[in-house]
Amino acid sequence: MSSAVHYGRALNGIVTREVLRFLHQRERFLAALVRPLVWLLVFAAGFRAALGVSIIPPYETYITYETYIIPGLVGMIQLFNGMQSSLSMVYDREMGSMRTLLVSPLPRWFLLTSKLLAGTAVSVLQVYAFLLIALAFGIDLPAIGFVTVLPALLLSGLMLGAVGMLLSSTIRQLENFAGVMNFVIFPTFFLSSALYPLWKMQESSVLLFQICSANPFTHAVELIRFALYAQLNWESLGWTALALLAFLGAAIYGYNPARGFMPRRAQAE
Amino acid sequence: MTEAALEIDALSYGYGRGFAIEDISFRIGKGEFTALLGPNGAGKTTLFSLITRLFEAPRGNIRVCGINLREHPTRALAHMGVVFQQPTLDLDLTVRQNLHYFASLHGIGRRDAANRIDEALDRLDMGERDKEKVRQLNGGHRRRVELARALLHRPDLLVLDEPTVGLDVPARRSIVEHVHELCRSQGMAVLWATHLIDEVHADDRVVVIHKGHILADGSVAEVNQNNSSANLTQTFHRLINQVAA
Repeated sequence: MSSAVHYGRALNGIVTREVLRFLHQRERFLAALVRPLVWLLVFAAGFRAALGVSIIPPYETYITYETYIIPGLVGMIQLFNGMQSSLSMVYDREMGSMRTLLVSPLPRWFLLTSKLLAGTAVSVLQVYAFLLIALAFGIDLPAIGFVTVLPALLLSGLMLGAVGMLLSSTIRQLENFAGVMNFVIFPTFFLSSALYPLWKMQESSVLLFQICSANPFTHAVELIRFALYAQLNWESLGWTALALLAFLGAAIYGYNPARGFMPRRAQAE
Repeated sequence: MTEAALEIDALSYGYGRGFAIEDISFRIGKGEFTALLGPNGAGKTTLFSLITRLFEAPRGNIRVCGINLREHPTRALAHMGVVFQQPTLDLDLTVRQNLHYFASLHGIGRRDAANRIDEALDRLDMGERDKEKVRQLNGGHRRRVELARALLHRPDLLVLDEPTVGLDVPARRSIVEHVHELCRSQGMAVLWATHLIDEVHADDRVVVIHKGHILADGSVAEVNQNNSSANLTQTFHRLINQVAA
């Protein structure tokens, strides 16, 4: 058996397991959809009048606020999925099944990247289900956008999953995970272009604008926004890819048996 | 001396200041059942984590079937089957799905995996339960599935970290006997970490560990003779008490 065949089978197995787990947990699928739908159907409807959106790329005409926040909500799905994967890794580690993965005869970077790909595959399924529901509620999206957004979803999903993986390597116990909600998810989401264009933020506070501009999640959202309209935002592509490399590198370091966080965590246990 | 399935040479590992295990050396020959016997906190799980490369020791060497674990981790791990102390099965997947997942990690093709799964489950009297979710199985049956999983890639060395923890007496006995039988019939080397003396058979080899050091290493008869004891229970308590004193 060649290495390539072995790697291919392992990747297939890891992705299949993650998708099966997702399908077995229907409430997780519903929760993943309900969250952005509430934002789209309740929050956006309420703020439509208050928040006017001028014509900014990639849009070529005035758009409704609901249309504006679609990429942000897609990013939100992937952000929550990344954190969910992180939670599941902490759970798997406490329950032991992460160990099964880590003692497999494959390089650790490959195992962790495969796990990341598996989580991203699940988030892409969630995003497409959300986009179809948004279409049914009258949100106007170009048909070609459903195809062109896929590479952007893969990249942003991997980047946000890598953030989750890095967090999972540092969190000692499942109970500590609640802190992640307050200190990671909410600031990441609100300090981005997901809910409002950054020029509006700049009008209110230059400092907040700069923080939002440096937030990798902003770039992931903008990458998705442009891709939904069959356009490529090179700057967002570059920053998202760079963030992916940085977070993935740190996560692989975190799971390194000789240098990373795992032995330190074992000491704490 | 038989060919070595596992060689541990001058291995040390610490958390922070102190050593959890210090300068440990022993070897296990192919087809040999070795019980790693020690009380809770002796360093068994740390040693187990080093052997399975969950941790990496800065000092000392581990060789699996002659392959250095630090230099060639993937090649070395391919020879090893592992049963952890904690349950590691995915509760929401069926028995078969769990085993297919593990087979894929070892690069075993789907058809071959299906045959091996049938064979392993039949051997453990679990053939009828392959479509049940693991959540529906009791502790003893889950352990059997974990054992089946560890054997799917036909390893030369099977390492088990207190695999009977939490099981009732009949389930414990069944697992212990089954692994001894595997060792005899398939020539597989076994490292069985435990704190339960009654899991060690008279013809096993025993390595007694306490506070990160090896206190005794040899056949049960040799270890008893060296400590002027009538049985392993007496030997074990004598050795532990010597360290405490």
